[in-house]
Amino acid sequence: MAAQTTQRQELLRIEGISKRFVKPVDLAGRIANMMGASNRESVVHAVDGVDLTVAEGEVVALVGESGCGKSTLGRVIAGIHEPTDGHVFWRGQDIATMESAARQAFTLGAQMIFQDPMSSLNPRIRAGEIVGEAPRVHGLVDAAGQAEYVATLFRQVGLDPEYRRRFPHQFSGGQRARIGIARALAVKPKLLVCDESVAALDVSIQAQVLNLFMDLREALGLAYVFISHDLGVVRHISDRIFIMYLGRVIESGRTDEIFREPAHPYTRALLDNVPRLDARKRSFSTVKGEIPSPLHPPPGCHFHPRCPLAGPRCAVEVPRRTILSEGRIVACHLADGGVAAAA
Amino acid sequence: MAEPVLAVDNLATHFFTRDGVVKSVDGVSFTVAPGEVLGLVGESGSGKSVTGFSIMGLIDPPGRIVSGSIRLKGEELVGRTEAEMRAVRGRSLAMIFQDPMMTLNPVLRIDTQMMEAVQAHEKVSDKAARDRAVQALAQVGIPSPEERLSAYPHQFSGGMRQRVAIAIALIHRPALIIADEPTTALDVTIQSQILAEVQKLCAESGTALVWITHDLAVVAGLADRVAVMYAGRIVEQGLVDHVLDRPLHPYTHGLIGSVPGEAMPGKRLMQIPGSTPSLGRLPPGCAFEPRCSRAVETCRAGAPPLAQGSQGRAYRCINPVPAEEAA
Repeated sequence: MAAQTTQRQELLRIEGISKRFVKPVDLAGRIANMMGASNRESVVHAVDGVDLTVAEGEVVALVGESGCGKSTLGRVIAGIHEPTDGHVFWRGQDIATMESAARQAFTLGAQMIFQDPMSSLNPRIRAGEIVGEAPRVHGLVDAAGQAEYVATLFRQVGLDPEYRRRFPHQFSGGQRARIGIARALAVKPKLLVCDESVAALDVSIQAQVLNLFMDLREALGLAYVFISHDLGVVRHISDRIFIMYLGRVIESGRTDEIFREPAHPYTRALLDNVPRLDARKRSFSTVKGEIPSPLHPPPGCHFHPRCPLAGPRCAVEVPRRTILSEGRIVACHLADGGVAAAA
Repeated sequence: MAEPVLAVDNLATHFFTRDGVVKSVDGVSFTVAPGEVLGLVGESGSGKSVTGFSIMGLIDPPGRIVSGSIRLKGEELVGRTEAEMRAVRGRSLAMIFQDPMMTLNPVLRIDTQMMEAVQAHEKVSDKAARDRAVQALAQVGIPSPEERLSAYPHQFSGGMRQRVAIAIALIHRPALIIADEPTTALDVTIQSQILAEVQKLCAESGTALVWITHDLAVVAGLADRVAVMYAGRIVEQGLVDHVLDRPLHPYTHGLIGSVPGEAMPGKRLMQIPGSTPSLGRLPPGCAFEPRCSRAVETCRAGAPPLAQGSQGRAYRCINPVPAEEAA
């Protein structure tokens, strides 16, 4: 399945995407500055120079722990955040220079499914209208055909069309997740950005929703950007993985290759720490320390304070992206001349 | 086998709501030996947390323990007064919650809270209490504990807060700790750190542990025995190796098949149809029957009896998963 990705047509490409959030100095701070204080605006580099492509029908996963920037990157891909730097290309065209019709094809073509359906579904609107509103507004279906269209979508995601008169609170968690999916599917997208979409569900319901994602991919040829902290889910569903740490992609490649042979020490640590059914009464190996604040990331390689293999070079120099094999990239000095201090 | 630290026998905790009686826990029995880790696994609404709260004596109206017994080191806990429970809680029985902010008071410094916890059960000087607090923080791997002691909870990260909560639970070396999803909200690397600490501390002090979780994989790595709950009942229990390698109850079997990362990547996961039933309106027979692929006519007739095997293996099913399917 993954081997064919190279022949598939490119759907989305992002180049050098960075997203910075700036918190300006507040009034009190500005007054203090007049008196000679030196308050500065605080900048969070949520995403720092990421390149990524998604082919048609491909599942790409963004993996990382809290604060690694995976959700922000997902929102840039879905067109919700404007990137601070870099370009997003939809079917080869830069969305920044697109004319409005093409731009709309992108906005409808890339849809987002959020983690918590309760905060992304309007609690005062009936499920049928939540799903049916966008396609009617965008002229995909007329008012007369809306009911039938919604019923088809409900069936597609495994909901009884009878439920379309209900409000979101009258559904269970798994059903609400399905409404979120139906809402996204209603505008006939080519790419779904799923931000921790199964994280809050019970295991048995999570399995149902993951199966639904795979069925929809088969039936509609959908591509996914699947954002998750759960490596088990990611291993199951994705063709390629991008592993992020404090805003940067530190390793990327085909899922099976990364799980077989992780190249970056952080990837190795992550994989070692995943609880598994077949690992009984194990001693948990640990990475020392915690994820540093993205407000003050460490210099050089962001991971070096926690890395068991770090050397002097890691604290100074940002690691370059090194191509290990086709489609397999790692950003680590170990793969690029070693960790000893640069001459 | 050694005398169990905790023996829960036929415990039933019901909630008397306006919409009727919710049988959150209905006939639960299990024991925990000294130094043993029991994984109590279930999905939301299975009654696993209510079981934990019942043991701690933390069930408030409209809920009530309606029958059964909970014995801690041979002493009955059901029916004790609040004052009597306070003498037990924190001393020989402690709980760690999912959200450490439930344990920690946000407006008090860590030292105030920890010294209070020490002095609640022991008459010691402030100096001695403070030393105990420093020791406890160092024990759970908090760097420079003396300085951190005068910080407020919000100055700690999520993982560090959970460590403080664990340190407080361990302060009197209780015989039993009940941990309710303590690592669910944490990142994988932090979860591993906490699991490693807990494993080490329980092994050193001989504290028994009931680890309540929805995550079978965590139980596999941590627990000696596992009890699987569904709709207020334990449907299967036994040694971790026995239950996970050879599940007998179709629900356990389905849960194991639902865990992604174990199945062949890209293949459909085995799924359990439907969703957990509302506890107020349970079917008359086996609660899992409407979702069960192995259900037969007699499943609807009445609750299946408990079948007992060797080494504490027990399950409630009249048509268990045969060996060739379980693998």
